[in-house]
Amino acid sequence: MLKGDLTTRTKTYQSEAVIESLIRVLGFSTIGFVVLIFLFLLRQGMPFFFQVPWANFLGTRWYPTFGLFGTLPLILGSILVTLTAIVIALPLGLATAVFVREVAPNWAREVLKPLIEVLAGIPSVVLGFFGMNIVAPLVRTTLDVPTGLTAFTGAIILAYMALPTIVSVAEDALDAVPKSYRDAGLALGATKWQVIWRVVVPAARSGIVVAVMLGLGRAIGETMAVMMVTGNAARMPLTLDSLFRPVRTMTATIAAEMGEVAQGSVHFQALFGIGIILFVLTFLINLAAARPIFQKRRRGGLR
Amino acid sequence: MGTRFIVQRVGFVMLSLIALAVVVPILVIVGVIVVRGIGAISWEFLTTMPHDGMKAGGILPTIVGTLVLTFGTAVAAIPVGVGGAIYLSEYARDTLFTRAIRLAIVNLAGIPSVVYGLFGLGLFVLFLHFGTSILAGSLTLAIMTLPVIISTSEEALRAVPTEYRTVIASLGGTRWQGIHYIVLPQALPGIITGVILGLLRAAGETAPILFTVSAFFLPRLPHSPFDRTMALPYHLYVISTQVPGMPHEIQYGTALVLLALVLSMNLVATLIRGYFRRRRPW
Repeated sequence: MLKGDLTTRTKTYQSEAVIESLIRVLGFSTIGFVVLIFLFLLRQGMPFFFQVPWANFLGTRWYPTFGLFGTLPLILGSILVTLTAIVIALPLGLATAVFVREVAPNWAREVLKPLIEVLAGIPSVVLGFFGMNIVAPLVRTTLDVPTGLTAFTGAIILAYMALPTIVSVAEDALDAVPKSYRDAGLALGATKWQVIWRVVVPAARSGIVVAVMLGLGRAIGETMAVMMVTGNAARMPLTLDSLFRPVRTMTATIAAEMGEVAQGSVHFQALFGIGIILFVLTFLINLAAARPIFQKRRRGGLR
Repeated sequence: MGTRFIVQRVGFVMLSLIALAVVVPILVIVGVIVVRGIGAISWEFLTTMPHDGMKAGGILPTIVGTLVLTFGTAVAAIPVGVGGAIYLSEYARDTLFTRAIRLAIVNLAGIPSVVYGLFGLGLFVLFLHFGTSILAGSLTLAIMTLPVIISTSEEALRAVPTEYRTVIASLGGTRWQGIHYIVLPQALPGIITGVILGLLRAAGETAPILFTVSAFFLPRLPHSPFDRTMALPYHLYVISTQVPGMPHEIQYGTALVLLALVLSMNLVATLIRGYFRRRRPW
């Protein structure tokens, strides 16, 4: 590989050093991007938190044209839709992961996995379009509500968007449970079903928690589909029937209003302010999800 | 047979039913869009400009716009993403700093797409004065795509057996020579798969381009990176929510074109992965 000639060898070492430092810079750049994103959100959005009194932006009314910037209905709207989506997606996702990993014959696995990958690839705007045209009318007629564009409709669509993440991460977690655990269970006379739910799933629980967290992070940040199917009414979702009424999320508010505001206005800053809240929320969720990934290195054996 | 086995029988049947409940809607979504959209697809629909307030004509500028944006994303994201992956797989030791990089990647992957849009607006459009342009949109999409490219490429690089690197070293090769001549070529199919998966996400995204590139209605093709352009996902959003009286056929046709573009990229990625996984020597 290296020529014996001294000058070419020096050249090789020089270019080696250049390339290595370049690659180092590229490796470090990801941290730079996260910092950059946060800085530019702060730069545009921070003035909002200083200009608008706390009572206003923690208020219950979001009417920017009247100077009312209550973000509470939007935050609660996001939480309502996201949590409902996870309540739907977790049992479906876990059961599917268990089925694919532990029960399904090979041919079924070969069919299921690519199909779930297809779901992961469908753009959110296409799912939103489908939700508007097919799911919303279905919700309206079956539940007999005035409009099909409700928090519940959004939650159904979000649940399916979170499913690929939940299924694949949960599947990896089940996969990481050593075969000896299963063998021990079976040797004690348990059925496969008992081994799955009393040995394998409990042993994989930290991975399943990660799956839920990542699904949660995906769902709370989803924008287009949610905006198209939830009806976008900025009202406090406090009554019991809120789930079946229009609601508005933080993401949809940014996407819908940014096009119409004047740059540098309080409204413009308010939308960046919501962006900051979203960034911090998803950062915390991902931090929590990433924790077990970092612990894995220290603990040997079972994850 | 004891009750335990009956419970198991019933349980397994229920699991398979749930798996069906997950999979059938996927088929329905794709099926409905194909069946209702196929009627709109014609050579004219794909190759002419929209007119009559987008209610007639084709969707050429949106297709070109999406392809140009995806190309721009690839140009910006591939070198940085693959470089980052090489660093993590070949150079980085397990230090606190490396963990910070991994944490940054996890977080980049989790940042909502609309927040990327805000960031692109703040940095590229306003601060760097790129304006609402293809350049601003491509760079925004590129940063969003990075985590996918880095993590899949790193996985592909790590899969190359360590012996390949030790052999190069034993022949007197430097670390970079080993990466350049042996490791990268061996990992290439995996890297390509990862890049395609990242790019298809970028091609289908709407929120990051809302405030950075998108033109509501612009019936001409882009000439420079500083032009605005229409794009398929945003166009689908516009014609399904913002334009009253839009013919359903055009809506479904547009959805079908977008879906076909994204799913065919998905298929190519899967095929490449499967083909090389069977053929690799290790």
